[in-house]
Amino acid sequence: MPPRERLLTRSFDLPDSHRLETSRRSGGYEALRKALGMAPAAITEEVRRANLRGLGGAGFGTGMKWGFVPKETGGKPVYLVVNADEGEPGTFKDRYLLERDPHLVLEGMAITGFAVGARRAFVYIRGEYVRPYRILAGAIEEAARANLLGPNILGSGFDFEITLHRGAGAYICGEETGLLESLEGKKGWPRLKPPFPAVVGAFGCPTVINNVETLALVPRIIERGAEWFAGLGTGTQGGTRIYSVSGHVRRPGPYELPVSATLRELIEEAGGVRDGHRLKAVVPGGSSAAILTAEEIDCTLDVDGLKAAGSMAGSAGVVVMDETTCIVEALYVVARFYAHESCGQCTPCRESTGWIYRVVGRILQGKGRPEDPDQILDIARKGVGTTICAFYDGAVGPYLSYIEKFRPEFDHHIRTGGCDVQPGRVPVLTTH
Amino acid sequence: MRGAGRVAFSAETLARARELMAAYPAPRAALLPVLRLAQEEFGWISPEVEEHVAGLFGLTPAHVHEVVTFYHLLHQKPVGRHVLSVCHTLSCWLMGAEGIIAYLKERLGIEEGETTPDGRVTLLRAECLCACELAPMMQVDDDYVGPLTRERIDEVLERLD
Ligand SMILES: Cc1cc2nc3c(=O)[nH]c(=O)nc-3n(C[C@H](O)[C@H](O)[C@H](O)COP(=O)(O)O)c2cc1C
Ligand code: SF4
Ligand code: FES
Repeated sequence: MPPRERLLTRSFDLPDSHRLETSRRSGGYEALRKALGMAPAAITEEVRRANLRGLGGAGFGTGMKWGFVPKETGGKPVYLVVNADEGEPGTFKDRYLLERDPHLVLEGMAITGFAVGARRAFVYIRGEYVRPYRILAGAIEEAARANLLGPNILGSGFDFEITLHRGAGAYICGEETGLLESLEGKKGWPRLKPPFPAVVGAFGCPTVINNVETLALVPRIIERGAEWFAGLGTGTQGGTRIYSVSGHVRRPGPYELPVSATLRELIEEAGGVRDGHRLKAVVPGGSSAAILTAEEIDCTLDVDGLKAAGSMAGSAGVVVMDETTCIVEALYVVARFYAHESCGQCTPCRESTGWIYRVVGRILQGKGRPEDPDQILDIARKGVGTTICAFYDGAVGPYLSYIEKFRPEFDHHIRTGGCDVQPGRVPVLTTH
Repeated sequence: MRGAGRVAFSAETLARARELMAAYPAPRAALLPVLRLAQEEFGWISPEVEEHVAGLFGLTPAHVHEVVTFYHLLHQKPVGRHVLSVCHTLSCWLMGAEGIIAYLKERLGIEEGETTPDGRVTLLRAECLCACELAPMMQVDDDYVGPLTRERIDEVLERLD
């Protein structure tokens, strides 16, 4: 592994790490000062060469995304929208960033606003995140008083205003166009694309949408340069990121590692599997990522490494399961999530998520039919690529992989009506 | 009961709502923030509250209703003084969320979705609250609490008024 660099988490353990004073003592807002002296296009170019890839889930090249904003907007303003609607099961990195180093996020936002020509930003923050919201609101006030936000930042002539906008509980509002609909005061139904938000986004104007963590890396790129940042990662993705590790590990929590680290190294960082147990499976990128078995953890954690391993990096929510885990019940829990959170706009998504949840429940109750697993696979596959947003394809990740990789457990439940992993256990079934 | 009958915002809330509506490129963007204000004032979003908010925005009540039903933090029936939302998604389930929910039901003497007869506590299930490192965890009003054990739950319940 290359030398350990902490780009995102280095202030996390300082007392009052959320205060401006603390941030400035470790060089906070110096990158903003530097960026304000650069040409906006040069900032975008630097970010592109750094191989920064979006950390919200899709892994799209950040510099390239910024480049999609039209040069000529016909007098329309450009907006920056920050995706702080963190909702992917297994993920909690943005919460840490907002609570522990909000000024790093704000600095990244201001630099990004300057680079893409946005003077106004909206932060869409998950409704349940009350503490992160309060801390971020406090940080905005502090930064504004210090002329680091607001009109004429540091005498540069650049104005940048931030509005905090709180969600009200709906996973789908994390999808960028569902988020925009919600921001505009509607239910969060994702939009048909194209047009993409860079052209028609918030309030009909060109909009750049980035995840909290993506923006928090921008100051580091400006500080130390694209080559350094790119060199921390793999050939196609630069930098580090925060892996949210939870489940059956000794020390669950956020871990920052270069994206070139392996899944095995990450699990070791988190203390390994809890005492007296052994690894059974890992979900490496939030619940929408395909599950990996204990034999499949030597892949690198970057976007392309996990894709090559048949899964995805997604939001880097890493859920570890030991040998006590019944995969049938795990799929039930995951399928319940997708059935509950589908926005209902597309028929394949609305119908299949509900149907698969019910059938897995039936298997768990000992009432499964021999043809159920194959039928789930078949139904799940049919809808792929047919829906308005990537929610459904995300749900299919677990449907297919849990069954394909742990088929004997499903067949055992169907054949015997009971569980081979924890015999005698009575699962709790819920109504949706 | 709060929220029943015709309702109107207090003068302060109304002023705050108008401020929010002026703070966005389109006033309608303030709908969720204003519904949140409404919930703070009335405790839940009754049909009468929907109607009042609709009037404020020049939207139809049906439209506001459609928005309210989409978001689960907007309560469509009265809730207790305290709301406990227990996460039951993957990481919390792995760490024993179902046992936690069973214990809470036993302690409170209610089912999920219900409020204690004294109006003190409402018990809900939640999907991943993105604090999986605290699994099993729940949200107690504004705060995240975890990892939960029976002892920890006893403490939390003790502290609620
Ligand atoms: C169903 C669904 C849920 C999503 N949830 C989130 C989320 O909670 N946070 C986030 O940043 N991105 C989420 N995304 C990804 C966003 O659509 C978008 O790609 C991202 O915010 C772009 O920022 P980035 O390029 O910086 O990653 C989600 C996507 C889908 C399809
Ligand atoms: S795929 Fe599912 S979540 Fe996405 S728009 Fe269609 S119904 Fe809604
Ligand atoms: S699964 Fe419970 S907080 Fe994430």
